[in-house]
Amino acid sequence: MLTRLVSHDLPKSRWLALALVAIVVALALTPFVFPGTKALNVAAKVIVFIVLAASFDLLLGYTGIVSFAHTMFFGIGAYGIAIAATRIGPTWPALALGSACALAVSLVLSLVIGLFSLRVRAIFFAMITLAVASAFATLASQLSDFTGGEDGLTFKVPEALQPGTEYAAEPFLGASIDGRLATYYLIFVAALVLVLALLRIVNSPFGRVLQAIRENDFRAEAIGYRTVVYRTIASVVSALFATLAGVLLALWLRYNGPDTTLSFEIMLDVLLIVVIGGMGTIYGAVVGSVLLVLAQNYLQDLMKLGESAVQGVPVLAQIVSPDRWLLWLGILFVLSVYYFPSGVVGRLRQLGARKAGA
Amino acid sequence: MSDTTSAVAATAAAEAIPKRAFDFRPLVLVAAIALIAWPVVGSSSTWLTLTIAGLAMGMIVFIAASGLTLVFGLMDVLNFGHSLFIALGAFVATTVFAGMGGAATAPSVASNLGVVAVAVLAAMALAGTIGLGFERLIVRPVYGQHLKQILVTIGGAIIGEELIKVVWGPAQIPLPPPEALRGSILLGEASVEKLRIVAVVIGLVVLAALLWTLNRTKIGLLIRAGVQDREMVESLGYRIRRLFVGVFAAGSALAGLGGCLWGMNQQIVIPQIGGQVNVLLFIVLIIGGLGSTVGCLFGALLVGLVTNYVGFLAPKLAMFSSIGLMVAILLWRPQGLYPVVNR
Repeated sequence: MLTRLVSHDLPKSRWLALALVAIVVALALTPFVFPGTKALNVAAKVIVFIVLAASFDLLLGYTGIVSFAHTMFFGIGAYGIAIAATRIGPTWPALALGSACALAVSLVLSLVIGLFSLRVRAIFFAMITLAVASAFATLASQLSDFTGGEDGLTFKVPEALQPGTEYAAEPFLGASIDGRLATYYLIFVAALVLVLALLRIVNSPFGRVLQAIRENDFRAEAIGYRTVVYRTIASVVSALFATLAGVLLALWLRYNGPDTTLSFEIMLDVLLIVVIGGMGTIYGAVVGSVLLVLAQNYLQDLMKLGESAVQGVPVLAQIVSPDRWLLWLGILFVLSVYYFPSGVVGRLRQLGARKAGA
Repeated sequence: MSDTTSAVAATAAAEAIPKRAFDFRPLVLVAAIALIAWPVVGSSSTWLTLTIAGLAMGMIVFIAASGLTLVFGLMDVLNFGHSLFIALGAFVATTVFAGMGGAATAPSVASNLGVVAVAVLAAMALAGTIGLGFERLIVRPVYGQHLKQILVTIGGAIIGEELIKVVWGPAQIPLPPPEALRGSILLGEASVEKLRIVAVVIGLVVLAALLWTLNRTKIGLLIRAGVQDREMVESLGYRIRRLFVGVFAAGSALAGLGGCLWGMNQQIVIPQIGGQVNVLLFIVLIIGGLGSTVGCLFGALLVGLVTNYVGFLAPKLAMFSSIGLMVAILLWRPQGLYPVVNR
């Protein structure tokens, strides 16, 4: 049953399995175990990023093409919800309409980009997506009547999800049972379904063809698979999942602006997550998202400590300043591409395999 | 005696290999776009201003992009970290301008141009040196692996941008042009910014130097041969890797020069400047055909002109004009204006 659920793609490492179970359990119990708004916000961000990074892994890890427009689709999903909720009102049909429109826009855009750039050479894809994504981000901040410009849009969600809605008079295990909690579990369940669906996709015959293209596109074409078609479908599917991740984020934040979904920093975050977690594993996205979001939220505190320790040393103090945490992640990123190309997940699997062999 | 025979043999050989006719259609396209824009813009003086601004922007972009396209052509390396050298050039310019503040604000043309020259040379030297290190540390371990190259060079760009923030601070730095280069001169009724003329002149000098090196020297011959067929050049006993290191450093230096000029053109420098220009560079490279120098030039000029015309006619569409141009060119020639054979 469990094997069917993860599409026969088991973690294949005891430690990885333990880590995954721990992550899922921790995320499921966060509202009750870790009190406070910050913990809940961090957990929700982890969940959204797991979906976003896993969908990116379908492209980067399984198909072997780099897209820089992934946050664009993420943003389209979030803006779909935000615009529908502000224009039509905080009702379920409005949200459904917003998501449907966002999915349609993503579908058309990713199809056009894919057909245009993948037809010629896979490397064009990285360059063209970078150009299109930056143009889209500019567009989103310029169309201020529609998207709220740089300020973004703050909106209301349906009543069932509003923080003011109390489902139980008494708090349960220290957490009040309100609309916020309902939103959290809605996101949790949706993300679980989406990640399992992605696992299903990458372990299907279609996913095997993608891996064949990644390993040797010339040979895959020679066997008779139209690589252009498969690559384009992969980029469309990945874009749709990213759009859904954007929908989830907008539901949680009840706000969306260019910096929250469209900025290039988020694209880098996703790249870091997938590479550090382990490309081509989906599970890597789970582990990587937890690591990165935790680092983002708590490493900076640690660096503040470090900064006060080396206060006065001119260059060193600048380098460990919390504002420069991206520097350290960048170094980690380059090192992991060189020395751990299979990421955390790949390492754990190798460890298990070596033990089993010995 | 033997000299004459070999010379005769050489001419005979040269005649035996027919020279491929130069494809003039992209050049005609550049001219056609400029001419079509004339009636659309309306006033001749505005048109002239826009055209010169477009050509200046095109030259700057070409300078910055030329290294990228050669590096790709020679070693099949697409360097996403190229933006780092552009930012570096711009920031070096701010330091030089601040350090030589007196000479930059003095109303003497000679000392002003001197400051620009020092800034340009310093930017090229530093960007070239760092380019050598970048090639050694970041690019060399991942030759031949496209996916890793993209990832690693992006990582290098992140690290570089953060280090720039460590050295120069994260805030934007104003980069006002020197006193004598401020303002504009009148050509008939069209006003042309002096700085743009300087940019065009520097651009023409670089272009001439580049074309001369590529077409008239042995190194240029090897580079062009390497772009066409790397293995063949290697099998003739030349170490293309060593050549490549030189091209990489030269390309980085040119990017530094481009960044220096771009910063002066924008008059303000932010750490993200490289990323902004990089998007333009990629569009130019795709339009021109990856690996082609001439294509890169025409692509840059097209992008510069179209951006300026559209920026005047419909400011909100300026960002999309270059992407629209790219789409149109790819529909016409899917491999870019001048496709590099054998790839």
